[in-house]
Amino acid sequence: MCLGVPGKVLEVDGFVATVDFWGVRRQIRLEIVDEPVAPGDYVLNHVGYAIRRIPAEEIGETLALYESLMNGENEDLMAADVWGEIQAGGGT
Amino acid sequence: MTAPPVKDFEQLKFRDPARGKALAAELARLAAEIGRSPITLMHVCGSHEQAIARFGLRAAFPDAVDLIMGPGCPVCVTDMPEVDEAVALARGGVRVATYGDMLKVPGTVLSLGDAQSEGAKVDVVYSVTQAVELARATGEEVVFFSTGFETTAVATAAVVLAPDRPKNLTILSAHKYILPAMEIVAEIPGTRIEGFLGAGHAATITGWGIFEPFAEKYGRPVVVAGFEPLDIIAGLVKLLEMVRDGKAEVANMYPRCVTKEGNRRALEQLWRVFELEGGEWRGIAYIPDGNLRIREEFADADARRRFDIDVSAVRGYTPPVLTRSCICGAILSGLASPLDCSHFGRECLPDRPVGACMVSSEGACRIWHQYGGRPDLRTLSEPSPPGPLSRPLPPSLTGRGGEGAAS
Amino acid sequence: MITYTPRPAVLDERISMKYGAGGRAMRALIEEVFLGGSVGPGDMDDGAAIRVGDRWLVITTDSHVIHPVFFPGGDIGRLSVSGTVNDLAMMGATEVLGLTCAVILEEGFALDDLRRVQASIAATCEEAGAPVVTGDTKVMGRGELDGIVLNTTGVALTDRVVPDSGLRPGDLLLVTGTVGDHGMAVMAVRHGLDLAGDLRSDVTPLNGLIRRALAAGGEGVAAMKDPTRGGLASALHEMAAKSGVGILLDEAAVPVTPEVRAAAELLGIEPLHVANEGKAVIGVRPDAAGRVLDALRSHPKGRDAAVIGRCLADPPGSLLLDTGFGRRLLAEPEGEPLPRIC
Repeated sequence: MCLGVPGKVLEVDGFVATVDFWGVRRQIRLEIVDEPVAPGDYVLNHVGYAIRRIPAEEIGETLALYESLMNGENEDLMAADVWGEIQAGGGT
Repeated sequence: MTAPPVKDFEQLKFRDPARGKALAAELARLAAEIGRSPITLMHVCGSHEQAIARFGLRAAFPDAVDLIMGPGCPVCVTDMPEVDEAVALARGGVRVATYGDMLKVPGTVLSLGDAQSEGAKVDVVYSVTQAVELARATGEEVVFFSTGFETTAVATAAVVLAPDRPKNLTILSAHKYILPAMEIVAEIPGTRIEGFLGAGHAATITGWGIFEPFAEKYGRPVVVAGFEPLDIIAGLVKLLEMVRDGKAEVANMYPRCVTKEGNRRALEQLWRVFELEGGEWRGIAYIPDGNLRIREEFADADARRRFDIDVSAVRGYTPPVLTRSCICGAILSGLASPLDCSHFGRECLPDRPVGACMVSSEGACRIWHQYGGRPDLRTLSEPSPPGPLSRPLPPSLTGRGGEGAAS
Repeated sequence: MITYTPRPAVLDERISMKYGAGGRAMRALIEEVFLGGSVGPGDMDDGAAIRVGDRWLVITTDSHVIHPVFFPGGDIGRLSVSGTVNDLAMMGATEVLGLTCAVILEEGFALDDLRRVQASIAATCEEAGAPVVTGDTKVMGRGELDGIVLNTTGVALTDRVVPDSGLRPGDLLLVTGTVGDHGMAVMAVRHGLDLAGDLRSDVTPLNGLIRRALAAGGEGVAAMKDPTRGGLASALHEMAAKSGVGILLDEAAVPVTPEVRAAAELLGIEPLHVANEGKAVIGVRPDAAGRVLDALRSHPKGRDAAVIGRCLADPPGSLLLDTGFGRRLLAEPEGEPLPRIC
């Protein structure tokens, strides 16, 4: 129903944030998002508005959730390099 | 500490086919454990269907799982008279801005795209903020024909509430509210739906808590899921677990974007600007409380109050009973197939759709029409499949098998 | 077995934009209105080939309109020369004898802009080794057209015509570089999307690159097409239908720049449906694929060339996409792709 795309906040000026979406930047509005947004945060964009600040730790939690759904044989696949990526990336 | 490169942020992890297949194996195991066929599930989100189609996920679903597309595309369910209003305004010389999805959606006689071909001023925008800029730049009367569910409506609300909103910008609201439509679908007699995949981005705004009374009332589980391939497959795994266990509860499988309470700031703006009213959803039903109307307090931002919209000129003739005899509602609830509809391929074509299922590029009727029947993805696999499907499939909306595949 | 029978498109009473967007509607229009009789290129290839002595004279014509006239990575002048040179090259005719250039201007068009367009035409012609040998200029009233229309016709000689219908089961498909660059760059400007980043059109003449591929592949080059309007999906559909083969496209193998991928995500657009103006799809016999790929990659315009798919015997005329999760039918776009919200 709603195309939502996550991006990384580069700059905030009042109600306008410059957000990087995998190399393409666009200004999006901050009237709707319910948490303070700062450079380095991730936000979910829908039609030019941030509708949610995405805490970086939630990415890991979601993946852990998926991992718990899989049978044992797949645990390593999910855990090893994904957690590695998250750890290497560090928190925000 | 430096932040991770953006390109690694989400796509890579949530689109990994190897992980997807591991989750799909779990899906197959659960379906076998439940032992019924079909197990009918419904998603209520056009973006879920887009992602499922785009990534070819149905090929990874087990045979027994029949995931059907509910009334989750707000553009498809926008009714002809609403489009007529926008067309009438455009032909009357008003500049109409709208989202790209709306351009080809037909009114009784014309779409906005048709009006544009005739010379009317119709602008496709990506964001309502561009409509604001158009109003400022042109000084003309600009009407923003706004569609979408609550997720999109909050952006419209933010513009209505903006202190510097240009006076020459008004909103023609065709915004929809999804929960009442889910109730209508759940109440259809004979429905086989055993669980719902909830729309993650609507729930980002409303919170997953609003599904709790629904799950309890209708005795069906709801799983809120995101839109990457792994999000969807994981959501279905959770949903099958709940079906197996007979749990009529709500699970949130999209915690990175969805909380129980939702986005309170957005909700506050949404309900300050909009109120619920009943309305016809194209090809589905009259949905009580299904539409979002601008409150009287913001009459100056409401195109319906600003303009005396005369749609008679764009009707040409009284709409025949076509839409009333369209069976989209039954198709969307998994009770009928496009071939059961007398309009399919005759009065109802991709260029001239009657019902919602033909409007959407991912709608069942559109896909069946385009591919001359339901494509069976397994016969497209190599090596060649051993033979025809052995079990007779219900003429349901999506998934594999059904007509064409069993021959 | 699936019965794959797309229904014929029905023409509307009036022409709308979709009839120029390069998809099914445009093909239906050409087939029904222009090819109803016996005159014309019945196989609707990129151009026509006429026997002259023991060689072929290839001729093609194109009209160009684009808004805006100047866009990131190019302009209408470069577009018109490249488009015609590339249509000739896709038929195997890489030595251009000459181009015609007809200009229709809207009253009020700025002279400086016209000079810029002309300079761009000249530069692109030099790059392609294709001289403009004759031309024509007309002016129409304000509002009667959008700024400027260019028509270019090109002629070239070749010993062997490469059709777009020469694919056989087992053949491999190559693309000469990243897809979606042109359409995405233009769309970002046209819809005022304010996307900052390196989105640039790929518009370029390809005859030098194609010459190198043909030299390496010889008769092993079975079919060629430039994936312009309608993108890679439209070009492959047409090649599959005309050749009577199925095509299996490997999504992960299709080169797409990170910027185009990002913009496509943001706008909800399929990069495989987005136009290119400097790429070719080349169908090759399996034993020639390595040589052709190496030749392409050794050329600056083919650095990102890749094998993206292969031809199947069945189902004929269909385009399948392997997403990594599974296979699906990849539809042809209906009209110009537009940003969407759902």
